[in-house]
Amino acid sequence: MLPSLDELKTALEQQLPGVSLTVDGSVLVVASKDLTAVCRYLKDSDRFRFDYLANLTAVDYPPDPAGGGAGRMDVVYHLYSMEKRHGPLTLRVQLTRLRPVVASVTPLWRGAEFQEREVYDLFGVTFDGHPDLRRILMWEGFQGHPMRKDYVPENQNLAD
Amino acid sequence: MVVDEGIQSELQKQGVYLTTWDQLVNWGRSNSIWPLQFGLACCAIEMIASAASRYDIARFGSEIFRASPRQADLMIVAGTVTKKMAPQVVRLYNQMAEPKYVISMGACATSGGPFHKGYNVLKGIDRYIPVDVYIPGCPPTPEGLLEGLQKLQQRIKETSMGQAMRQKLDAYPVPEYGAAGLTPRYNPEVWQPPAQHPFDYQRAPVPPATPGGPGPSAPTSPPLPVS
Repeated sequence: MLPSLDELKTALEQQLPGVSLTVDGSVLVVASKDLTAVCRYLKDSDRFRFDYLANLTAVDYPPDPAGGGAGRMDVVYHLYSMEKRHGPLTLRVQLTRLRPVVASVTPLWRGAEFQEREVYDLFGVTFDGHPDLRRILMWEGFQGHPMRKDYVPENQNLAD
Repeated sequence: MVVDEGIQSELQKQGVYLTTWDQLVNWGRSNSIWPLQFGLACCAIEMIASAASRYDIARFGSEIFRASPRQADLMIVAGTVTKKMAPQVVRLYNQMAEPKYVISMGACATSGGPFHKGYNVLKGIDRYIPVDVYIPGCPPTPEGLLEGLQKLQQRIKETSMGQAMRQKLDAYPVPEYGAAGLTPRYNPEVWQPPAQHPFDYQRAPVPPATPGGPGPSAPTSPPLPVS
Protein backbone atom coordinates (compact mmCIF):
# COMPACT_ATOMS: atom_id res chain seq x y z
CA MET A 1 0.00 0.00 0.00
CA LEU A 2 1.36 3.34 -0.99
CA PRO A 3 1.82 5.76 1.93
CA SER A 4 0.17 9.16 1.77
CA LEU A 5 1.94 11.86 -0.17
CA ASP A 6 2.95 13.68 3.00
CA GLU A 7 4.59 10.55 4.39
CA LEU A 8 6.25 9.95 1.04
CA LYS A 9 7.58 13.48 1.02
CA THR A 10 9.00 13.09 4.55
CA ALA A 11 10.57 9.74 3.70
CA LEU A 12 12.15 11.06 0.52
CA GLU A 13 13.50 14.18 2.20
CA GLN A 14 15.06 12.07 4.95
CA GLN A 15 16.70 9.69 2.51
CA LEU A 16 17.89 12.33 0.06
CA PRO A 17 19.56 15.23 1.83
CA GLY A 18 19.22 18.53 0.07
CA VAL A 19 16.03 17.56 -1.72
CA SER A 20 12.88 19.46 -0.92
CA LEU A 21 9.49 18.45 -2.29
CA THR A 22 6.06 20.02 -2.29
CA VAL A 23 2.71 18.28 -2.12
CA ASP A 24 0.14 19.89 -4.36
CA GLY A 25 -3.19 18.08 -4.17
CA SER A 26 -2.53 14.57 -5.43
CA VAL A 27 0.76 15.54 -7.03
CA LEU A 28 4.31 15.52 -5.73
CA VAL A 29 6.12 18.54 -7.11
CA VAL A 30 9.84 17.95 -7.66
CA ALA A 31 12.45 20.59 -8.45
CA SER A 32 14.03 19.90 -11.83
CA LYS A 33 17.55 19.58 -10.35
CA ASP A 34 16.35 16.83 -7.97
CA LEU A 35 14.43 14.80 -10.53
CA THR A 36 17.08 12.16 -11.28
CA ALA A 37 17.86 11.55 -7.58
CA VAL A 38 14.19 11.30 -6.62
CA CYS A 39 13.34 8.99 -9.52
CA ARG A 40 16.32 6.75 -8.91
CA TYR A 41 15.43 6.41 -5.26
CA LEU A 42 11.76 5.71 -6.03
CA LYS A 43 12.75 3.06 -8.53
CA ASP A 44 15.52 1.33 -6.58
CA SER A 45 14.44 1.53 -2.93
CA ASP A 46 13.04 -1.69 -1.53
CA ARG A 47 10.12 0.13 -0.02
CA PHE A 48 8.71 1.73 -3.18
CA ARG A 49 10.07 -0.11 -6.26
CA PHE A 50 8.41 2.08 -8.85
CA ASP A 51 9.55 -0.10 -11.73
CA TYR A 52 7.01 1.07 -14.29
CA LEU A 53 6.68 4.53 -15.84
CA ALA A 54 3.14 4.45 -17.18
CA ASN A 55 2.97 7.93 -18.61
CA LEU A 56 5.14 10.93 -19.28
CA THR A 57 3.57 14.06 -20.65
CA ALA A 58 3.68 17.82 -20.41
CA VAL A 59 1.25 20.60 -19.67
CA ASP A 60 1.61 24.07 -21.10
CA TYR A 61 0.57 27.00 -18.96
CA PRO A 62 0.89 30.02 -21.23
CA PRO A 63 1.48 33.48 -19.79
CA ASP A 64 -1.60 35.29 -18.58
CA PRO A 65 -2.75 37.57 -21.43
CA ALA A 66 -3.36 40.28 -18.80
CA GLY A 67 0.41 40.46 -18.49
CA GLY A 68 1.19 38.15 -15.60
CA GLY A 69 4.36 36.11 -15.54
CA ALA A 70 6.26 34.20 -18.19
CA GLY A 71 4.15 31.07 -18.11
CA ARG A 72 5.15 27.59 -17.14
CA MET A 73 5.77 24.21 -18.69
CA ASP A 74 5.16 21.20 -16.47
CA VAL A 75 6.37 17.69 -17.16
CA VAL A 76 4.21 15.03 -15.50
CA TYR A 77 5.23 11.47 -14.63
CA HIS A 78 2.92 8.64 -13.57
CA LEU A 79 4.68 5.82 -11.77
CA TYR A 80 3.44 2.37 -10.82
CA SER A 81 5.06 -0.55 -9.10
CA MET A 82 4.41 -3.92 -10.65
CA GLU A 83 6.31 -5.68 -7.89
CA LYS A 84 4.64 -3.96 -4.92
CA ARG A 85 1.36 -3.51 -6.78
CA HIS A 86 0.88 0.11 -5.91
CA GLY A 87 0.47 3.33 -7.77
CA PRO A 88 -0.05 5.61 -9.41
CA LEU A 89 2.30 8.20 -8.03
CA THR A 90 2.18 11.49 -9.90
CA LEU A 91 5.32 13.57 -10.09
CA ARG A 92 5.44 16.99 -11.60
CA VAL A 93 8.39 19.13 -12.57
CA GLN A 94 7.79 22.81 -13.15
CA LEU A 95 9.97 24.39 -15.84
CA THR A 96 10.32 27.81 -17.33
CA ARG A 97 8.33 28.11 -20.51
CA LEU A 98 10.97 29.84 -22.60
CA ARG A 99 13.71 27.25 -22.21
CA PRO A 100 12.26 24.09 -20.68
CA VAL A 101 15.10 21.68 -19.92
CA VAL A 102 14.87 18.66 -17.65
CA ALA A 103 16.96 15.54 -17.07
CA SER A 104 15.91 12.52 -19.07
CA VAL A 105 14.57 9.49 -17.21
CA THR A 106 15.29 7.16 -20.13
CA PRO A 107 18.38 5.73 -18.34
CA LEU A 108 16.03 4.65 -15.52
CA TRP A 109 12.98 3.55 -17.49
CA ARG A 110 13.62 2.58 -21.12
CA GLY A 111 9.94 3.12 -21.87
CA ALA A 112 10.43 6.84 -21.43
CA GLU A 113 12.39 7.11 -24.66
CA PHE A 114 9.51 7.57 -27.11
CA GLN A 115 7.39 9.51 -24.64
CA GLU A 116 10.18 12.01 -24.11
CA ARG A 117 10.62 12.30 -27.85
CA GLU A 118 6.92 13.00 -28.20
CA VAL A 119 7.02 15.68 -25.51
CA TYR A 120 10.06 17.18 -27.20
CA ASP A 121 8.29 17.13 -30.54
CA LEU A 122 4.96 18.57 -29.48
CA PHE A 123 5.93 20.80 -26.53
CA GLY A 124 9.58 21.63 -27.12
CA VAL A 125 10.90 20.35 -23.80
CA THR A 126 14.56 19.34 -24.02
CA PHE A 127 15.54 16.19 -22.13
CA ASP A 128 19.15 16.20 -21.02
CA GLY A 129 20.78 12.80 -21.37
CA HIS A 130 18.25 11.38 -23.80
CA PRO A 131 20.02 8.97 -26.18
CA ASP A 132 18.20 10.02 -29.35
CA LEU A 133 16.23 13.23 -28.99
CA ARG A 134 14.51 13.81 -32.35
CA ARG A 135 11.00 14.55 -33.51
CA ILE A 136 8.83 11.45 -33.50
CA LEU A 137 5.39 12.40 -34.86
CA MET A 138 6.09 15.45 -37.00
CA TRP A 139 8.68 15.26 -39.72
CA GLU A 140 12.23 16.59 -39.68
CA GLY A 141 12.17 20.21 -40.77
CA PHE A 142 8.85 21.00 -39.10
CA GLN A 143 9.01 24.32 -37.27
CA GLY A 144 7.53 24.90 -33.83
CA HIS A 145 5.81 22.69 -31.31
CA PRO A 146 2.13 22.28 -32.15
CA MET A 147 0.75 21.30 -28.74
CA ARG A 148 1.88 24.59 -27.24
CA LYS A 149 -1.06 26.85 -26.56
CA ASP A 150 0.34 29.66 -28.66
CA TYR A 151 1.01 27.57 -31.77
CA VAL A 152 -0.86 29.00 -34.73
CA PRO A 153 -1.67 26.38 -37.40
CA GLU A 154 -1.08 27.37 -40.99
CA ASN A 155 -3.96 28.56 -43.13
CA GLN A 156 -4.33 25.72 -45.60
CA ASN A 157 -6.43 27.86 -47.92
CA LEU A 158 -3.55 30.16 -48.75
CA ALA A 159 -1.43 29.29 -51.75
CA ASP A 160 2.11 29.87 -50.54
CA MET B 1 -26.72 5.23 -81.30
CA VAL B 2 -29.76 4.81 -79.07
CA VAL B 3 -31.92 1.78 -79.73
CA ASP B 4 -35.60 2.26 -79.06
CA GLU B 5 -36.51 0.27 -75.97
CA GLY B 6 -39.75 -1.02 -77.43
CA ILE B 7 -38.01 -2.47 -80.47
CA GLN B 8 -35.28 -3.82 -78.22
CA SER B 9 -37.73 -5.72 -76.04
CA GLU B 10 -39.61 -7.03 -79.11
CA LEU B 11 -36.34 -8.30 -80.54
CA GLN B 12 -35.35 -9.85 -77.23
CA LYS B 13 -38.49 -11.97 -77.33
CA GLN B 14 -37.16 -13.38 -80.60
CA GLY B 15 -33.75 -14.00 -79.08
CA VAL B 16 -32.06 -11.04 -80.73
CA TYR B 17 -30.14 -8.72 -78.49
CA LEU B 18 -29.26 -5.24 -79.64
CA THR B 19 -26.92 -2.97 -77.77
CA THR B 20 -24.13 -0.52 -78.38
CA TRP B 21 -20.48 -1.13 -77.86
CA ASP B 22 -20.40 1.59 -75.20
CA GLN B 23 -23.24 0.06 -73.26
CA LEU B 24 -21.64 -3.35 -73.37
CA VAL B 25 -18.22 -2.15 -72.26
CA ASN B 26 -19.60 0.19 -69.60
CA TRP B 27 -21.74 -2.62 -68.25
CA GLY B 28 -18.55 -4.56 -67.73
CA ARG B 29 -16.49 -1.62 -66.48
CA SER B 30 -19.03 -0.39 -63.99
CA ASN B 31 -19.59 -3.82 -62.53
CA SER B 32 -15.95 -4.68 -61.99
CA ILE B 33 -14.55 -1.68 -60.18
CA TRP B 34 -11.60 -2.96 -58.21
CA PRO B 35 -10.81 -0.76 -55.23
CA LEU B 36 -7.36 -0.18 -53.87
CA GLN B 37 -6.97 -1.95 -50.57
CA PHE B 38 -6.06 0.59 -47.96
CA GLY B 39 -7.76 2.33 -45.09
CA LEU B 40 -6.63 5.34 -43.13
CA ALA B 41 -8.85 5.50 -40.05
CA CYS B 42 -12.19 4.40 -38.61
CA CYS B 43 -13.96 4.74 -41.99
CA ALA B 44 -11.90 1.74 -43.05
CA ILE B 45 -13.82 -0.36 -40.52
CA GLU B 46 -17.06 0.53 -42.30
CA MET B 47 -15.39 -0.21 -45.62
CA ILE B 48 -14.38 -3.63 -44.30
CA ALA B 49 -17.93 -4.17 -43.05
CA SER B 50 -19.29 -3.39 -46.50
CA ALA B 51 -16.93 -5.99 -47.93
CA ALA B 52 -18.09 -8.64 -45.46
CA SER B 53 -21.09 -10.89 -45.86
CA ARG B 54 -23.77 -8.71 -44.29
CA TYR B 55 -23.44 -5.83 -46.78
CA ASP B 56 -21.49 -7.70 -49.42
CA ILE B 57 -19.94 -5.23 -51.83
CA ALA B 58 -19.49 -8.23 -54.16
CA ARG B 59 -23.10 -7.67 -55.27
CA PHE B 60 -21.74 -4.66 -57.13
CA GLY B 61 -18.65 -6.37 -58.44
CA SER B 62 -16.22 -4.47 -56.24
CA GLU B 63 -15.16 -7.17 -53.84
CA ILE B 64 -11.69 -7.57 -55.26
CA PHE B 65 -9.66 -5.17 -53.16
CA ARG B 66 -6.27 -5.02 -54.79
CA ALA B 67 -3.13 -4.62 -52.77
CA SER B 68 -1.34 -2.92 -55.65
CA PRO B 69 -2.32 0.43 -57.20
CA ARG B 70 -1.37 -0.97 -60.62
CA GLN B 71 -4.36 -3.32 -60.50
CA ALA B 72 -6.93 -0.97 -59.00
CA ASP B 73 -9.51 1.30 -60.67
CA LEU B 74 -10.93 2.96 -57.61
CA MET B 75 -9.32 4.64 -54.65
CA ILE B 76 -11.60 4.77 -51.61
CA VAL B 77 -10.00 7.38 -49.37
CA ALA B 78 -11.43 5.93 -46.19
CA GLY B 79 -10.49 8.13 -43.28
CA THR B 80 -8.44 10.99 -41.95
CA VAL B 81 -5.67 12.05 -44.29
CA THR B 82 -2.93 13.46 -42.12
CA LYS B 83 -0.38 15.79 -43.62
CA LYS B 84 2.18 13.07 -43.12
CA MET B 85 0.11 10.57 -45.12
CA ALA B 86 -1.09 12.86 -47.93
CA PRO B 87 2.03 12.57 -50.16
CA GLN B 88 1.75 8.78 -50.08
CA VAL B 89 -1.95 8.92 -51.02
CA VAL B 90 -1.18 11.17 -54.00
CA ARG B 91 1.68 8.91 -55.03
CA LEU B 92 -0.58 5.85 -54.91
CA TYR B 93 -3.15 7.68 -57.01
CA ASN B 94 -0.49 8.51 -59.58
CA GLN B 95 0.47 4.86 -59.80
CA MET B 96 -3.05 3.65 -60.54
CA ALA B 97 -3.95 2.61 -64.08
CA GLU B 98 -6.37 4.76 -66.04
CA PRO B 99 -9.29 5.25 -66.15
CA LYS B 100 -9.29 5.71 -62.39
CA TYR B 101 -11.79 7.03 -59.89
CA VAL B 102 -11.72 8.38 -56.36
CA ILE B 103 -14.34 8.14 -53.63
CA SER B 104 -13.81 10.47 -50.70
CA MET B 105 -15.35 8.55 -47.84
CA GLY B 106 -16.41 10.41 -44.73
CA ALA B 107 -16.06 13.87 -43.29
CA CYS B 108 -12.30 13.65 -42.72
CA ALA B 109 -11.32 12.75 -46.26
CA THR B 110 -13.72 15.38 -47.57
CA SER B 111 -12.93 18.34 -45.36
CA GLY B 112 -10.79 17.33 -42.39
CA GLY B 113 -13.92 16.56 -40.38
CA PRO B 114 -13.59 16.95 -36.61
CA PHE B 115 -9.88 17.68 -37.07
CA HIS B 116 -10.61 20.69 -39.26
CA LYS B 117 -9.03 23.11 -36.78
CA GLY B 118 -6.01 20.97 -36.09
CA TYR B 119 -2.43 21.36 -37.18
CA ASN B 120 -1.87 17.89 -38.56
CA VAL B 121 -4.78 16.96 -40.83
CA LEU B 122 -5.30 17.72 -44.49
CA LYS B 123 -8.57 19.56 -45.04
CA GLY B 124 -9.81 17.37 -47.84
CA ILE B 125 -8.03 15.04 -50.23
CA ASP B 126 -9.63 16.94 -53.12
CA ARG B 127 -6.92 19.55 -52.62
CA TYR B 128 -4.47 17.28 -54.43
CA ILE B 129 -6.40 14.73 -56.49
CA PRO B 130 -9.76 14.91 -58.33
CA VAL B 131 -12.60 13.27 -56.42
CA ASP B 132 -15.58 11.70 -58.21
CA VAL B 133 -17.94 10.91 -55.34
CA TYR B 134 -18.07 12.40 -51.84
CA ILE B 135 -19.77 10.38 -49.12
CA PRO B 136 -20.83 12.33 -46.03
CA GLY B 137 -20.89 10.77 -42.59
CA CYS B 138 -18.63 10.21 -39.63
CA PRO B 139 -18.19 7.43 -40.48
CA PRO B 140 -20.61 6.72 -43.34
CA THR B 141 -22.57 3.52 -42.99
CA PRO B 142 -21.83 0.62 -45.34
CA GLU B 143 -25.11 1.51 -47.07
CA GLY B 144 -23.67 4.96 -47.63
CA LEU B 145 -20.55 3.55 -49.20
CA LEU B 146 -22.61 1.26 -51.41
CA GLU B 147 -24.74 4.18 -52.55
CA GLY B 148 -21.57 6.10 -53.36
CA LEU B 149 -20.37 3.14 -55.36
CA GLN B 150 -23.67 3.03 -57.26
CA LYS B 151 -23.35 6.74 -57.99
CA LEU B 152 -19.92 6.03 -59.42
CA GLN B 153 -21.28 3.16 -61.51
CA GLN B 154 -23.95 5.46 -62.86
CA ARG B 155 -21.26 7.97 -63.73
CA ILE B 156 -19.20 5.36 -65.53
CA LYS B 157 -22.23 4.21 -67.49
CA GLU B 158 -22.85 7.75 -68.67
CA THR B 159 -19.33 8.15 -70.04
CA SER B 160 -18.59 6.74 -73.46
CA MET B 161 -15.74 4.30 -73.47
CA GLY B 162 -13.74 6.30 -75.98
CA GLN B 163 -14.06 9.34 -73.77
CA ALA B 164 -12.83 7.44 -70.74
CA MET B 165 -9.89 5.97 -72.62
CA ARG B 166 -8.88 9.30 -74.12
CA GLN B 167 -8.94 11.02 -70.76
CA LYS B 168 -5.33 11.12 -69.61
CA LEU B 169 -4.94 12.35 -66.08
CA ASP B 170 -1.32 13.28 -65.77
CA ALA B 171 0.65 12.53 -62.65
CA TYR B 172 -0.41 14.98 -60.01
CA PRO B 173 2.38 16.77 -58.15
CA VAL B 174 3.19 15.10 -54.86
CA PRO B 175 3.25 17.61 -52.00
CA GLU B 176 6.33 17.86 -49.84
CA TYR B 177 6.83 18.37 -46.13
CA GLY B 178 7.39 22.02 -45.26
CA ALA B 179 7.92 24.09 -42.15
CA ALA B 180 4.29 24.15 -41.01
CA GLY B 181 2.54 21.80 -43.39
CA LEU B 182 2.60 20.59 -46.96
CA THR B 183 4.07 22.51 -49.88
CA PRO B 184 2.09 23.42 -51.90
CA ARG B 185 -0.98 23.64 -49.67
CA TYR B 186 -3.25 22.65 -52.56
CA ASN B 187 -3.06 21.97 -56.25
CA PRO B 188 -4.76 24.95 -57.92
CA GLU B 189 -5.55 22.81 -60.97
CA VAL B 190 -7.93 20.61 -59.03
CA TRP B 191 -9.04 22.79 -56.13
CA GLN B 192 -9.55 26.45 -55.33
CA PRO B 193 -10.30 27.88 -51.90
CA PRO B 194 -13.92 28.93 -51.48
CA ALA B 195 -14.59 32.65 -51.53
CA GLN B 196 -16.66 32.31 -48.40
CA HIS B 197 -17.23 29.22 -46.36
CA PRO B 198 -19.65 29.31 -43.43
CA PHE B 199 -17.65 26.83 -41.36
CA ASP B 200 -14.15 27.93 -42.24
CA TYR B 201 -12.85 29.70 -39.18
CA GLN B 202 -9.59 30.65 -40.83
CA ARG B 203 -11.14 32.81 -43.50
CA ALA B 204 -12.40 36.02 -41.97
CA PRO B 205 -14.96 38.01 -44.00
CA VAL B 206 -13.32 40.35 -46.45
CA PRO B 207 -13.83 43.95 -45.31
CA PRO B 208 -15.89 45.83 -47.90
CA ALA B 209 -13.46 48.79 -47.92
CA THR B 210 -10.71 46.80 -49.63
CA PRO B 211 -12.35 44.59 -52.25
CA GLY B 212 -9.06 43.73 -53.90
CA GLY B 213 -7.20 43.11 -50.67
CA PRO B 214 -6.09 39.73 -49.43
CA GLY B 215 -9.05 37.68 -48.26
CA PRO B 216 -7.76 35.68 -45.34
CA SER B 217 -6.66 37.77 -42.42
CA ALA B 218 -4.10 37.07 -39.74
CA PRO B 219 -5.31 35.67 -36.43
CA THR B 220 -6.83 38.34 -34.24
CA SER B 221 -4.10 38.21 -31.61
CA PRO B 222 -0.45 38.14 -32.60
CA PRO B 223 1.22 34.80 -31.91
CA LEU B 224 3.34 34.62 -28.82
CA PRO B 225 7.00 33.85 -29.39
CA VAL B 226 7.80 30.15 -29.41
CA SER B 227 11.23 29.42 -28.04
